[in-house]
Amino acid sequence: MTAEKKTAKNAKEQGTKDLQDANSTEKMAQEPDWANGLRQLYDSVVDEPLPDSFKDLLSQLDDKSQDG
Amino acid sequence: MAKAYRTAAEEADFKRELTDVIPHLRAFARGLCGRPDMADDLVQEAMLKAWAARERFEAGTSMRAWTFVILRNAYLTDMRRNRFRGDYDEGVAEKILTAPAGQEEPIHLSDMHRALMTLPAERREALLLVGAGGFSYEEAAGICECAVGTVKSRVGRARATLNEMLEEGSIPKRSNKDAVAHKAILEELEEVSAGNMEAS
Repeated sequence: MTAEKKTAKNAKEQGTKDLQDANSTEKMAQEPDWANGLRQLYDSVVDEPLPDSFKDLLSQLDDKSQDG
Repeated sequence: MAKAYRTAAEEADFKRELTDVIPHLRAFARGLCGRPDMADDLVQEAMLKAWAARERFEAGTSMRAWTFVILRNAYLTDMRRNRFRGDYDEGVAEKILTAPAGQEEPIHLSDMHRALMTLPAERREALLLVGAGGFSYEEAAGICECAVGTVKSRVGRARATLNEMLEEGSIPKRSNKDAVAHKAILEELEEVSAGNMEAS
């Protein structure tokens, strides 16, 4: 991963990063290579564009809200 | 019977936070059940439940942790109904893992994913929360509704199993090309794990 991409990724996932800061430093030192792969696997889904079905669902929530 | 409804502003805040957390719900769900289509169904189910229970959410606390509990419970309910069997579709998995542009180690991730899906569900979820989601052991214990020590134990066992699988190459391989790249990764893994993993 390039430095530029990493920076953009970090900015984008600030919320996640905040959560990870507490754990990451000590873990990085002792984890095997696949541990980073696991995070990439998770992050690759986080970075996917949201399917339309979710936008539809969010719209429905407003209707439900009005219904009570 | 019904509590007073939140104000419109509070509802809007809740909905915004719920929206923000969807990508994380999708990632967690995908790790839990392995199948993108089922994972997204699960997330939508969890979102509806979260919305229905929104009055119980305490503003200022972690929406991600709160919704993960709901998602996990929905997953466990579906598991009991045998909707998921812990298996996954090879073609779908391949697509997930090679899709990201500029991904430098798609084979590594593919091995990772297949190994992950062979773990028992409770160890897999513990590893996902702590190792991928960035939750602390304490937060993960809250989400899994178990003791902190239990989470630590599950994560430890999951890590040991993955180390073993990736070292011995005991997960299924797709092709010779995979096997060669796999071997290179394993050699690197052995160096890393030889010195460090026993203590953890």
